Amino acid sequence: MTINEIQDEIIDEFSQFDDWMDKYALLIDLGNSLEPLEEKHKTPQNIIEGCQSRVWLNAEYNNGIITYQGESDAILVKGIVSLLIHVMSGHTPDEILNTELYFIDRIGLKEHLSPTRSNGLVAMVKQMKMYALAFKAKNN
Amino acid sequence: MNTEKIEQIRADFPILTEKIYNKQLIYFDNAATTQKPRCVVEKIEQGYYHLNANIHRGVHYLSQKATEAHEVARKSVAEFLGAGKQEEIIFTRGTTEAINLVAFSFGEAFCKAGDEVIVSVMEHHSNIVPWQMLCERKSMTLRVIPMNEKGELEMEAYKSLLNERTKIVSVTHVSNVLGTINPVREIIRLAHEKNIPVLVDGAQAVPHIKVNVIDLDADFYVFSGHKIYGPTGIGALYGKEKWLNAIPPYQGGGEMIATVTFEKTTYNELPFKFEAGTPDYIGSTAMAEALRYVQEIGIDEIAAYEHELTEYATHRLLEIENMRIIGTAREKSSVVSFLVGNIHPYDIGMLLDKLGIAVRTGHHCAQPLIDSLGIPGTVRASFAFYNTKEEIDIFIEALKRVAGMLS
Repeated sequence: MTINEIQDEIIDEFSQFDDWMDKYALLIDLGNSLEPLEEKHKTPQNIIEGCQSRVWLNAEYNNGIITYQGESDAILVKGIVSLLIHVMSGHTPDEILNTELYFIDRIGLKEHLSPTRSNGLVAMVKQMKMYALAFKAKNN
Repeated sequence: MNTEKIEQIRADFPILTEKIYNKQLIYFDNAATTQKPRCVVEKIEQGYYHLNANIHRGVHYLSQKATEAHEVARKSVAEFLGAGKQEEIIFTRGTTEAINLVAFSFGEAFCKAGDEVIVSVMEHHSNIVPWQMLCERKSMTLRVIPMNEKGELEMEAYKSLLNERTKIVSVTHVSNVLGTINPVREIIRLAHEKNIPVLVDGAQAVPHIKVNVIDLDADFYVFSGHKIYGPTGIGALYGKEKWLNAIPPYQGGGEMIATVTFEKTTYNELPFKFEAGTPDYIGSTAMAEALRYVQEIGIDEIAAYEHELTEYATHRLLEIENMRIIGTAREKSSVVSFLVGNIHPYDIGMLLDKLGIAVRTGHHCAQPLIDSLGIPGTVRASFAFYNTKEEIDIFIEALKRVAGMLS
């Protein structure tokens, strides 16, 4: 699936809920089912410090494809981390760099990505693209 | 205060009827900022519509009226704090600016390399960073009063920190995270035994408990208007005249001068020496209105009712499994910080928000305190006299639901 197809799928999944609490319940489930980041990847270099919660992000590059792993100490943030990984992981640097992330806004979780929220998510999205840029440069 | 009185008070605060996400707003973030009664907002409006002219310099009617209003506001603040002279009240943008002013000007006048400043472990960043900046500027050392597990300052440790190198002590009256009411009178007495002046950060105290700076014998006392139902961007510094006269101006500009030539400028008298530029005379008058409003209800009344709310909330919170109240000092103001099991504060705050309840989460700008407790932050519910037990009941039910979802 392309990145946008995955985004649309997520939008569909969330659209069945009108109530905020149901959306968040799904996010909690997603957070809980996110595979924990291996301890060896929980390094200071992989930490993205937010004011409220912290996020870890690790990226690996194999056969032209980037795989992301991540985690957070807050479960709602972890749920969004899980969504971001689901969308971005398994694609080429170019695909990732050319992506416009619209699903967060469309499922009504934009507030988590506002710069003032400072939960580490804005920096995480930036970091995901930075990895793509770095791997692309290395490749060339 | 009875139900009828609370209803009357609530009617003064239009924002309390707001709905968010289709839910009735419950505002429990009063330690961050308080809501404004109609009379304060009307004062701002009246100020701009009927009283607006630059103060202290115009000979015309409006300028004199505005000047008078600003100076009457100063008198109100002085009376509110129990200060002897209105010249001892300096208007600032708030607590933060007031502390920066003292840290800078006092530092310039009295501090040198090797000297020490004492703060406590439970300070807000605004009562840490200005002193750290002073310490860096002058090669001084910042010393920190520790606390016990209840969140009470260790007075014996404090005594042992006071020495001949200590130049000033700066402590909070009430902790914004723990709600602890610190024994500032004793802290001041002990410092004065060694001729060391004390600044008290009153931001979290003045809205909740009666403060009298002469009775406390505080050398400096600071607070913000917006935390006591007044507008944002205005606050006050009380300083004993002898100190304010002994320290240099903080900022230069208009208003704060006596005469200016390119060779030499002489400074104005107190309080104008510390008020460079056009002051917020609309803000000062609106803040004075807020103080009037609070005094009309009565600080003792407010303290008693808020104490009741805090006790009730604490009692009800303890119904929840794995509840951990952070800060259990004997003397507490209307702040309850807590954690539920291992649930991250951010998660609780986000979900409560969706249920219409505004609480604060995180480190509350007191990172060293949160680090010392070894926790990621807290959820903080902070109450004002317009809050009710019914709101606390709704909050508890919401919290039970949220904790269930998250654990």
